[in-house]
Amino acid sequence: MGAAAEPTTTTTDHEGERPTMLKVTGLRKVYDGGAVAVEAVRDLTFELAEGELVCLVGPSGCGKTTLLKCIAGLMPPTGGTVELEGRPVTAPPPDMAVVFQEYGRSLFPWMSVRANVELPLKQKRLPVERRTGLVREALEAVGLAGSADAYPWQLSGGMQQRVAIARAVAYEPKVLLMDEPFAAVDAQTRADLEDLIRALWKRLGVTVLFVTHDIDEAVYLGERVLVLSSSPTVVQDDVTVDLPAGRDQLTTRRDGRFTELRTRVYAEIQRAKRGDAGADGRPQDRTGGREGSPVAGGSPAG
Amino acid sequence: MNRPLGTARSDDSAGTRAPAARPRRGAAGRLGLRTLHVLLLPVVLVGVYAYAGAASDSYYTPTPDLIAAAFVELWFSERLFTDVLPSIARLLTGFTVAAVLGVGLGVLLGLSPRTRALLEPVLEFLRAVPPPVLVPLMILLAGIDDSMKVMVIVSGCVWPVLLNTVEGVRAVDPVLADTARCYGITGATRLRVLVLRSAAPQIMAGLRLALALAIILMVISEMFASSSGLGFAIVQFQRSFAIPEMWAGMVLLGLIGFALSALFELVEGRVLGWYRGLRAANRGG
Repeated sequence: MGAAAEPTTTTTDHEGERPTMLKVTGLRKVYDGGAVAVEAVRDLTFELAEGELVCLVGPSGCGKTTLLKCIAGLMPPTGGTVELEGRPVTAPPPDMAVVFQEYGRSLFPWMSVRANVELPLKQKRLPVERRTGLVREALEAVGLAGSADAYPWQLSGGMQQRVAIARAVAYEPKVLLMDEPFAAVDAQTRADLEDLIRALWKRLGVTVLFVTHDIDEAVYLGERVLVLSSSPTVVQDDVTVDLPAGRDQLTTRRDGRFTELRTRVYAEIQRAKRGDAGADGRPQDRTGGREGSPVAGGSPAG
Repeated sequence: MNRPLGTARSDDSAGTRAPAARPRRGAAGRLGLRTLHVLLLPVVLVGVYAYAGAASDSYYTPTPDLIAAAFVELWFSERLFTDVLPSIARLLTGFTVAAVLGVGLGVLLGLSPRTRALLEPVLEFLRAVPPPVLVPLMILLAGIDDSMKVMVIVSGCVWPVLLNTVEGVRAVDPVLADTARCYGITGATRLRVLVLRSAAPQIMAGLRLALALAIILMVISEMFASSSGLGFAIVQFQRSFAIPEMWAGMVLLGLIGFALSALFELVEGRVLGWYRGLRAANRGG
């Protein structure tokens, strides 16, 4: 349980000073469906330093959700490893929280908002006073202190996702995984929630891996943007977002540097969609591959 | 049902969605209206029956006032303790045992595909056997006392509970299950806070069916080799040509069924309040 003081496998992270929190090495996932095996993720290697906010962006159907489930320990990878603070992840680790896209299906509809946020804390066997405190703080942080006694389905979509975020935050994880959390909310709500995530991240110092298909969102939120190729997936580009830390929906998005980064990521995504990512010498004939490409017999070339 | 396309639940501006707001009447007024709704048709039916019965003047269809008189005389006597209460006790015992057995086994089967594959053919066969034909066998096995009658009730009532529980447990939302796993909710807690709660709508539907079956099976089991109970009493009245008493027994059975169903609805409303709200919210979404 105690935090591993210094990971033994200290690799050079991007800032050159912060220790590695999450390390994904050679991750590969093949869905074995009888005659045809579908390779969803080919060979993913990347690292997150402690306290980093990294966005993963890629064309739709590029295996982002598969990747996230492997990282969260919800799905065993076919090959490669995921390490959290140097320890391999084989089951959902206690220091990780996940916010899913489908807020309506990830909250317990038979529990009040308060009970939803409190449930994982009960499971952690925290004392009552501590639980009550954490729940109140988390709900205040997402602006839902007044809705604690409502049921999730009495709230709008954006508010439901706030509840899910509050639950994740109250859990006090070291790593927060977010799987396209704002894909199903409207544009104005999305902007509010983006700012909420930035604020929470700055306040809590938590490491965040934010998966999205929205390029603007990725650049606006992240310290770093990892661009994934079309499936089978590899990391195609690693873009450091050198925008000022204090971001604002109006000024940041008007910033010339923001536009440059956005254009660069956009170009990479387009390249990924065409399938001419120069990852390795693999065939370039999968132009419109959507949900992973078939691999005969499950043995990929390369 | 006919929710307009493109109105997915993505409206933050709407704020808190009011759960099925209805115009509020006075509590007394609502109760009065509800009573009227409940009683209107029964009163009409009894009226029609009284009119038709008076016209036909048949010995086998006594007038409502004769039945009512027999009802009061019969059931507000020691027969309440020798027939009515033992019947209700058997019914409730059988129903409870079937509920526990059905939910317990259903959770087991729902969670384990391997057990399900193993047991399913046998269960399908057992389910197809009409429970009343078990009565002769039960008499041989368990004698003619209460345990026989309870076993007959259980053998019929367990199936709807079991099958609905299996379906409910299997239908737990995968996203919700992943969420629970992420937060370390496993084992008995998972069963309590996730599986049983999420299967509750189906389990309650199964229990509702089982309750209706329990009443039927209680009467049938008491019609064979019995010396007490409502089923026994009604057969006895019929054989001794105590026709108004026979009718009074049928009326009492109907009332018991009605009362149990109303009680069940009350419990269901408490257990599934969230489910009704959720469905209303989704429809109104």
